[in-house]
Amino acid sequence: MKGFPAAARDALRDTQLRRNLGVATSTIRDRRARAVAEVPDWEELRDAGAALKRRVLRNLDGYLLEFEAAVERAGGHVHWARDAAEAGRVVTEIVRGTGAREVVKVKSLTTDEIELNDALGRAGIDVVETDLAELIVQLAGEEPSHILVPAIHKNRVEIRDLFRSNFRLPELSDDPQELAAAARAHLRAKFLSARVAISGANFAIAETGTVSVVESEGNGRFCTTLPETLITVVGIEKLIPAPEDLEVFLQLLPRSSTGERMNPYTTLWTGITPGDGPQDFHVVLLDNGRTNVLADQVGRETLSCIRCSACLNVCPVYTRTGGHAYGSVYPGPIGAILTPQLRGVAEAPTLPYASSLCGACYEVCPVKIDIPRILVHLRARVVEEGAGATSERAAMRALAWTFGGERRYRRAQQLGRAGSRPFTRGGLIHRMPGLGAWTETRDLPPVPKQTFREWWDERRA
Amino acid sequence: MAVSHYLPVRVALFVTCLTDTLLPETGIATVRLLERLGHQVTFPREQTCCGQMHLNTGYQGEARELARRFVRVFGDEEVIVAPSASCVGTVREYYPRLAEGDPALARQVDEVAPRVVELSELLAVRLGVEDVGASFPHRVTYHPTCHSLRSLHLGDTPYRLLRAVRGLDLVELPEERECCGFGGTFAVKNADTSEAMLADKVRTILDTRAEVCSAVDNSCLLHIGGALSRLRAGVRTVHLAEILASA
Repeated sequence: MKGFPAAARDALRDTQLRRNLGVATSTIRDRRARAVAEVPDWEELRDAGAALKRRVLRNLDGYLLEFEAAVERAGGHVHWARDAAEAGRVVTEIVRGTGAREVVKVKSLTTDEIELNDALGRAGIDVVETDLAELIVQLAGEEPSHILVPAIHKNRVEIRDLFRSNFRLPELSDDPQELAAAARAHLRAKFLSARVAISGANFAIAETGTVSVVESEGNGRFCTTLPETLITVVGIEKLIPAPEDLEVFLQLLPRSSTGERMNPYTTLWTGITPGDGPQDFHVVLLDNGRTNVLADQVGRETLSCIRCSACLNVCPVYTRTGGHAYGSVYPGPIGAILTPQLRGVAEAPTLPYASSLCGACYEVCPVKIDIPRILVHLRARVVEEGAGATSERAAMRALAWTFGGERRYRRAQQLGRAGSRPFTRGGLIHRMPGLGAWTETRDLPPVPKQTFREWWDERRA
Repeated sequence: MAVSHYLPVRVALFVTCLTDTLLPETGIATVRLLERLGHQVTFPREQTCCGQMHLNTGYQGEARELARRFVRVFGDEEVIVAPSASCVGTVREYYPRLAEGDPALARQVDEVAPRVVELSELLAVRLGVEDVGASFPHRVTYHPTCHSLRSLHLGDTPYRLLRAVRGLDLVELPEERECCGFGGTFAVKNADTSEAMLADKVRTILDTRAEVCSAVDNSCLLHIGGALSRLRAGVRTVHLAEILASA
């Protein structure tokens, strides 16, 4: 995986991307701020959401077994998958059993995380993404770059061109309604012929075995109701204790996510209902690194995430680099803490550093994940595991030693002053060895003739 | 000149390593300002660095040693003031976490951390003074640094102090809550992203037509000022302490 700084460098040069991202994120950000401001007990809701999620994580083993029993009672089947490969095998086998060669899929980050489309593709099964933005990304042969709006990096002219060539509609305009209609015509045919659907889940309710998908377009509702077979892939952290807990999350999620009071489609289903909807229902409970996250006392809070993406839209890093620089389906601040924990910090050592620790993410998080604290914690794990640069380690140790004694520190100040003198021109430092990354675009003031403590001593003398 | 209506206090200055070494005028201004208001300022000699850079870069062991040093040096002081929101935030927010698993250090941190305050907080919140008798006849915009906003929750505190300064024309900074892109070693490790953030911050500063950009953190000011200087933008950065000290 290319490190974040290098991937970001490429993205930052793309002026069209910068423009698309800047416009889109500031629009959603403002909408969210308005939607949140009209809820008088927003802070209490956040506390409630955080408390519920923390409770689930503390008792996850119990809730999972409760959920499994409830799903099976309702006529569904539960499969446990340790990792992406196992989940891919389970899903492939179920689809093969139906004889279907094509499946429809409602937007699901979890299935993107485990690269399920590739696994099914290798088995000769085509996957049709039905979420409009996911479809765009799939047609472009790209990866999603935002949790909520996967095609946020594309503008409508780019989308028009994609649809023109893929749907053979040379006359198509970039009018949003016309674009949506083109996608609709393409997808309707797929919904009506599909025998198998794959979904993710926003929430899985332990008490009743109910699964819920929250969406805007209604394409998810088609997927979860029309086909004969429905396979839902759920990360084990998506559990909530009881149906009434949705009261909290269905307020927190849409307002944080799209900035709507309520999302247009919330689908809930429990096992099988004879004569209505899919008659063959499977849940795949996915670990894929989540139990490792749970084992980290500081990091485990990450699993509270309800994938609203509010942190992306306020992040000064994400809003400039976009999602692809994070090298994962989970971009932005939440990705910077989730990906290294799911894959192991040595696999993504630059991600915890992809933040200025400005704290804007923590401020908007609906379940109060202290992302800056976890970033700092993960940086310590990067250093502990020796995944950082050796030169940095040496410099940090030397600096700590210097700060460890007043005399050493004072001596270092004097040496720094003498050392910087040859680089000071016209009262400024424009270039300095070892500080190239700084002085390439920023001047430094000259090191002053007197430090503060020298001034203090002189004054007291 | 405003007359303080409160009792004079003895304040220990934590000047911070950055201000001590590179921008001593901020430390000097802090001393002069507090003395002008009738307070007694001391400077515990053994102080060096709070360890923020080590902590934020992942060097927890080193940061913990510097936290030990800090609580030893400042342990007996009643009020400790620093002209830096991010250093104060490190002590108040992160020292308790660094001390987890070390009961002796945790006890010391519990005692010392609440007594460490940022300069504008000391003046406007703890001492209840907004008009410090300063005069600064310039067009000024203020950048609320991330730690002053989201770690110390200073809110409008610095603005109240600035509004009371004679002759000062305070201009609102557009998108003021956006990070300037400094972030300690972030500015070097992710130089390109940091520069992109800085470019936007500089653009909004220039939009205000201010001649001075102020803040309560010299680290951010060094970053912003470095770009303004490179661009020959005709805007200088001045720490809040220096504005409040000028008469």
